[in-house]
Amino acid sequence: MDLDIVDLSRLQFAITALYHFLFVPLTIGLSIIVAIMETVYVMTGRTIWRDMTKFWGVLFGINFAMGVATGVVMEFQFGMNWSYYSHYVGDIFGAPLAIEGLMAFFLEATFVGLFFFGWDRMSKRGHLIATWLVALGSNFSALWILIANGWMQNPVGAVFNPQTMRMEVNDFFAVLTNPVAQAKFVHTVSAGYVTAAIFVLGVSAWYLLKGRHVHLAKRSMTVAASFGLAASLSVVVLGDESGYLSSEHQKMKLASIEAMWDTEPAPAAFTAIGIPDRAARETHYAVHIPWVMGLIGTRSLTTEIPGINDLVKNTEGYIRNGIEAYDALQSIRAARSDAEIPPAAKTTFEDKGASLGYALLLMRYVDDPRKATDEQIRQAAMDTVPPVGPLFWTFRVMVALGMFFIVLTGTFFYLSARHRLDAYPWLLKVAVLAIPLPWIAAECGWIVAELGRQPWIIEGVLPTAMAVSNLGATTLLLTICGFILIYTVLFVIEMKLMLKAIRKGPEHESEPHLRFYEPMIEKLARAR
Amino acid sequence: MILHELISYDVLRVIWWLLLGILLVGFAVTDGFDLGAMALLRATARTDVERRVVINTVGPVWEGNQVWLILGGGAIFAAWPQLYAVSFSGFYLAMFAILVALILRPVAFKFRSKREEASWRNKWDWVLCISGIVPALIFGVAVGNVLLGVPFRFADDLRIYYDGTFFGLLTPFALLCGLVSLTMLVMHGAAWLVFKAEGDVAARAARFGSIAALLASVLFALAGVWIAMGISGYQITSPVNPVGPSNPLAKTAAVVQGAWMANFKAAPALWLLPVLGAVLPWIAAMGMRARREWLTLLASGLAIACIILTVGAAMFPMILPSSVDPRFSLTVWDSSSSHVTLFIMLVCTIIFLPIILAYTTWVYRVLRGKVDPVAIIKGETHSY
Repeated sequence: MDLDIVDLSRLQFAITALYHFLFVPLTIGLSIIVAIMETVYVMTGRTIWRDMTKFWGVLFGINFAMGVATGVVMEFQFGMNWSYYSHYVGDIFGAPLAIEGLMAFFLEATFVGLFFFGWDRMSKRGHLIATWLVALGSNFSALWILIANGWMQNPVGAVFNPQTMRMEVNDFFAVLTNPVAQAKFVHTVSAGYVTAAIFVLGVSAWYLLKGRHVHLAKRSMTVAASFGLAASLSVVVLGDESGYLSSEHQKMKLASIEAMWDTEPAPAAFTAIGIPDRAARETHYAVHIPWVMGLIGTRSLTTEIPGINDLVKNTEGYIRNGIEAYDALQSIRAARSDAEIPPAAKTTFEDKGASLGYALLLMRYVDDPRKATDEQIRQAAMDTVPPVGPLFWTFRVMVALGMFFIVLTGTFFYLSARHRLDAYPWLLKVAVLAIPLPWIAAECGWIVAELGRQPWIIEGVLPTAMAVSNLGATTLLLTICGFILIYTVLFVIEMKLMLKAIRKGPEHESEPHLRFYEPMIEKLARAR
Repeated sequence: MILHELISYDVLRVIWWLLLGILLVGFAVTDGFDLGAMALLRATARTDVERRVVINTVGPVWEGNQVWLILGGGAIFAAWPQLYAVSFSGFYLAMFAILVALILRPVAFKFRSKREEASWRNKWDWVLCISGIVPALIFGVAVGNVLLGVPFRFADDLRIYYDGTFFGLLTPFALLCGLVSLTMLVMHGAAWLVFKAEGDVAARAARFGSIAALLASVLFALAGVWIAMGISGYQITSPVNPVGPSNPLAKTAAVVQGAWMANFKAAPALWLLPVLGAVLPWIAAMGMRARREWLTLLASGLAIACIILTVGAAMFPMILPSSVDPRFSLTVWDSSSSHVTLFIMLVCTIIFLPIILAYTTWVYRVLRGKVDPVAIIKGETHSY
């Protein structure tokens, strides 16, 4: 039954996170695009730029509401479904979340009200500042959540405290400057910019194809293409940085993405495509590109990248160290005061405490890791290989799409510079069809990052299986069904409203109703 | 990191306990009127324009207000990780119900006016109304259960086990607390509507609001008497080490008759909180009848603060007592984050909270004045 709870909890988190992540990238990117458009409006005073700001702002608003609604779920879920995780790392992981609230959420949520309701109440400049603060807030929010997530991938600046049985901060600066977190932040944020750029590009292309709102569409495309080109170039460069960092901090993730079973002599080849086979521990029909992997992973031609089989063998060693650390921990905890702690236990824990998490991997098989058999240790080591096939493929889909976005935005950037945006209708059709692709790339990216970390919820520190709340399977099933139901209904409504707003376009709508309401207005005026 | 020793661990723990109170009060006072106004949506507004007036009174600000809740969650996670872990997983289905309301509310605000059909708007108005009532009720029921003690326990490695059920939360006393919470937020929502709306809407709000205020006062007093007469509190029974490691297993505690009254006996000045909590709603009710807008809003906001702080004052230093075995109870002294984290988070709060308060005040200033139904009809200011 234990296993079921873990799987159900993971399923629930995956569903809610992937769903939340449908809205976040667009919010991050669109907030900036809208702010850029309004900046042009304030600088030039041309009303078409105000119309653009308001039109894309409506789409931003629909999307923002969904982002907020699903975001609250994410924050509460840590405590609801992952209570041991919350206890074990709340001392570190909670801080970025709280700072996210202080620094980012308050900013974007307070000023988003002014963005929608403040047009007639503020100066042009005042409103522009509010718009930029919304954009700033959305982007800060990504920064802090990725500092938190980066720590799960590369837990720095924290030590295990035997007295409180949890990880505690000892160097918060290291948590902030965690290279993995920084690389993830810029990669994810640029991916958000690309998402919004392709969205604006595609919707505008549709207007051009229909011959509607041509001026507005062309200007929007120019903004989207230039912004999108810069963003898609940086998304690839920064993604590569992310890959380089995993070779340092998450070797298993990198090897699994590559489906690299055996350590190859440096520089390793990049497997372009193939069919990874976990049982046989090999990749069938692999097409190799020599040297490329070595260059991506290590930035050199001489450094080796270890394969999965060798990493598993190393892990067995870590597990044995972890068992010793676990044993020392028990004597430390049994002591009633610091003076009573056996010195041997103290030294062992100082030496090998960092491997404690590896002993916890055995808790799936035995209650006391010290009683694990050799076979169980081998099994636990083998468990540290994440699902190779899904990682291999989602990664390749993400990268291929990333390359495509450069070509697409580059093409439209060129056309825009030559004032020939509507010269090739087939290209406009491609842009329309490309609208969903950034979402596919973003979701694949999430899967690579999070599935690639399994079986760890915090790399090398806490196994996912230990982190869950002790809930009933029925309870979990009930809430999973509840989320799926609500999310599906809302998704359908959201898509309909988006399409409706896009179909309606940026026209003013209030005038025709006025005559109908006139008697009521008079009555209200008299009442006052 | 040596800077953190500027403030000793026990002081930081009390500061964070106070900040937790401030965040809860901040949430209840700001998002409270959003929830309350929406709970009253269908009662105070009959026509579509009236409904939009009510919605637009909170439209531009509810999003910022709700961040108090999100920040509260984050702050509990960061400063009281064990409280976060135990309460969120223990109250699982209740939390899920709150989440459903919090998912539907933003969506309802933004989607409601995107289509003209009456049936579409009617449905979303119901959603707004229910998602105002449900969280208000559940938060109160949760507080009631915290006062009664919650059936959780820890394993030796501090893994959490919860022995209760969802329906087990619905005891008579907890339901009474839920009603206190609901009536006080409805009072506050009405005070806000009197403040921001005019004409029929404000008149109806004053009528419903003054009834809610009187009910809130009476129910709060009733809950107080119930606690004094019939509900046992929890008390630490071993020597307290306020700078000890955050491990709730290191102490012993017991259920003691009258323990929730002990702090009031020790510091009689604390009586001010419950007394004000019971008196201020009457002032709010009178203010509503007399249309003293500022007075009403202030009185109802302060009433909420006093009611929440009364609970905190009664329980200190207990935060979340365990009814399975009192020694598992979480207290101010043994369920906080580490010294370093508390200090870092305090620095962040000192930097950002004044900034947040400053720009929030500015936004409210920009949006000051009554919501104008004529402007709504002309489509000038509505964006929902």
